[in-house]
Amino acid sequence: MNWLSPSDWQAVALSLKVAGLATALSLPFGIAIAYVLARAQFPGKQWLNALVHVPLILPPVVTGYLLLMAFAPNGPLGAVLARIGIRLAFDWKGAALAAAVMAFPLMVRAIRLAIEAVDPKLEAAASTLGASRPWVFVTVTLPLIVPGILAGTITAFAKAMGEFGATITFVSNIPGQTQTLPLAIYSELQVPGGETAAIRLVVISVTLAIGALLLSEALARRVAARIAGREA
Amino acid sequence: MLEIALKHAFAGFTLDLEIRAPGGITALFGPSGAGKSTVVNAVAGLLRPDQGRIAVDGTVLFDAAARTALPPHRRRIGYVFQDARLFPHLNVRANLTYGTRFAPHGPGAISFDDAVAMLGLGALLERSPAALSGGEAARVALGRALLSKPRLLLLDEPLAALDAARKAEILPYFEMLRDAVKLPILYVSHAPAEIARLANSVALIEAGRLRAFGPADDVLTDPAVAGHFGGDAAGALISGHLSAQESDGLARIDTAGGPLYVQAPDVAVGQSLRLRLTASDVTLALAPPQQVSALNILRVSIARIGPAQGPGRFVQLAMGEDRFLARVTSRSATALDLRPGLNCYAMIKTVSVARDALGL
Repeated sequence: MNWLSPSDWQAVALSLKVAGLATALSLPFGIAIAYVLARAQFPGKQWLNALVHVPLILPPVVTGYLLLMAFAPNGPLGAVLARIGIRLAFDWKGAALAAAVMAFPLMVRAIRLAIEAVDPKLEAAASTLGASRPWVFVTVTLPLIVPGILAGTITAFAKAMGEFGATITFVSNIPGQTQTLPLAIYSELQVPGGETAAIRLVVISVTLAIGALLLSEALARRVAARIAGREA
Repeated sequence: MLEIALKHAFAGFTLDLEIRAPGGITALFGPSGAGKSTVVNAVAGLLRPDQGRIAVDGTVLFDAAARTALPPHRRRIGYVFQDARLFPHLNVRANLTYGTRFAPHGPGAISFDDAVAMLGLGALLERSPAALSGGEAARVALGRALLSKPRLLLLDEPLAALDAARKAEILPYFEMLRDAVKLPILYVSHAPAEIARLANSVALIEAGRLRAFGPADDVLTDPAVAGHFGGDAAGALISGHLSAQESDGLARIDTAGGPLYVQAPDVAVGQSLRLRLTASDVTLALAPPQQVSALNILRVSIARIGPAQGPGRFVQLAMGEDRFLARVTSRSATALDLRPGLNCYAMIKTVSVARDALGL
């Protein structure tokens, strides 16, 4: 595998790390927010919905810049984090945050749709059998939305792998630290004669994205079949 | 003892009723939209009524005045839904045991093995709900509710989605519950035959109000409300005992009003049984009928006469402890001058042996 340079490998590995962290950390919040949006009625629900979806419609550069303002070492949140020794701006963990924010709406959307598809009558039946609300969620709702969670997770992972605008604005493009796969492709294209290297990264990028999509489809089908009892 | 007092306003409709039912099976009967399911959902805690009080055997589940409202999962009400509502991601065994882990420890009304044996689920345990027939799913739903150790069982039209053959398959299980497990049961139905066969008490609900309530035999033979049960009021069950198997294939059954002859049932001589009389199959005569083909003529007295419903009305007949109904036209009632206390003769066209009747 010497057709990729060590710095290319670095970018691939960093992207996987960033996307993995972004997806893993946002999953619990994604499920919680999706559940609240699907099932709860409260004033301000539309505002929460808008807040979750705003990164979809804002220019990514704007999202990145807002993150930078908030999490710069002298920003309101950055200062708090700096006190406990966490630096996000210009760091790979910041890249994960940017990717998570950008991928979050996609994750919430997939999980919310899955929750809305669960028949509330099943949840009511579980409650008459003695299950409190948290138990109903763990024993009935959650198993039934596994396909949606898988779909949301993998879509979010793919989105996080490809995040560009917010990332480059928030954490810049530092090889080995914040230079993810899309940023590496961008850098190669800035160098005269860098197209060959860029093509190799593009192939990897496309392969990872399509692979993720196929995997998500296959997993979701299997889980859905198991839930519907076609495979006992 | 089941105490239900409810007031609940919907758009254009108010539910307002009070029921105090002894144990056994209490049937809620009425047309759809009368409020039966509302009552059941309020008992289960899935609906919060505006006013009222609900208690089962002294345990208060809901009391608007005292601001008490137990959440559904703490009520211990076994709710068997019309649509079974089995958990699709769990197999039959896991569905059955779902409620057990939340129930108090110690033995319940029935053990897992007994429930599986009683409901005939042994061969289905590893199946997924998607692979069950409607009747099988209904049995699993019943088992699941029983194994959650409920203090009360709610059956919301549990047979409505089933065809006649499946109904006949499930009914005996409800009888077993009533007679062997002795759980109080609230049974919603709009099938008079089911109610006549199962219920100890009947509540007739109409447009959110209680039209009639009492022991099943009284309500089902009440000429004032018999029309609600479709006229064929299965309700008329009379008791007798088989005194002889005759050589022509008929069996002689002695009742308080005289002998009846029926197609020999599968019952030994001397056994008690219950017979079902349909109101429209009963004809009245003031004198002992002569030279008629009807074999079955009972000596009865008129207990009550119901109000006119269309051209006809129901007449409640008393025969010893038993009550049953005859459906006559108002014209005949006037012509014969029928009135309470009058002794007369009831000619019965068809008699069927009630299937749940053995061993009274």
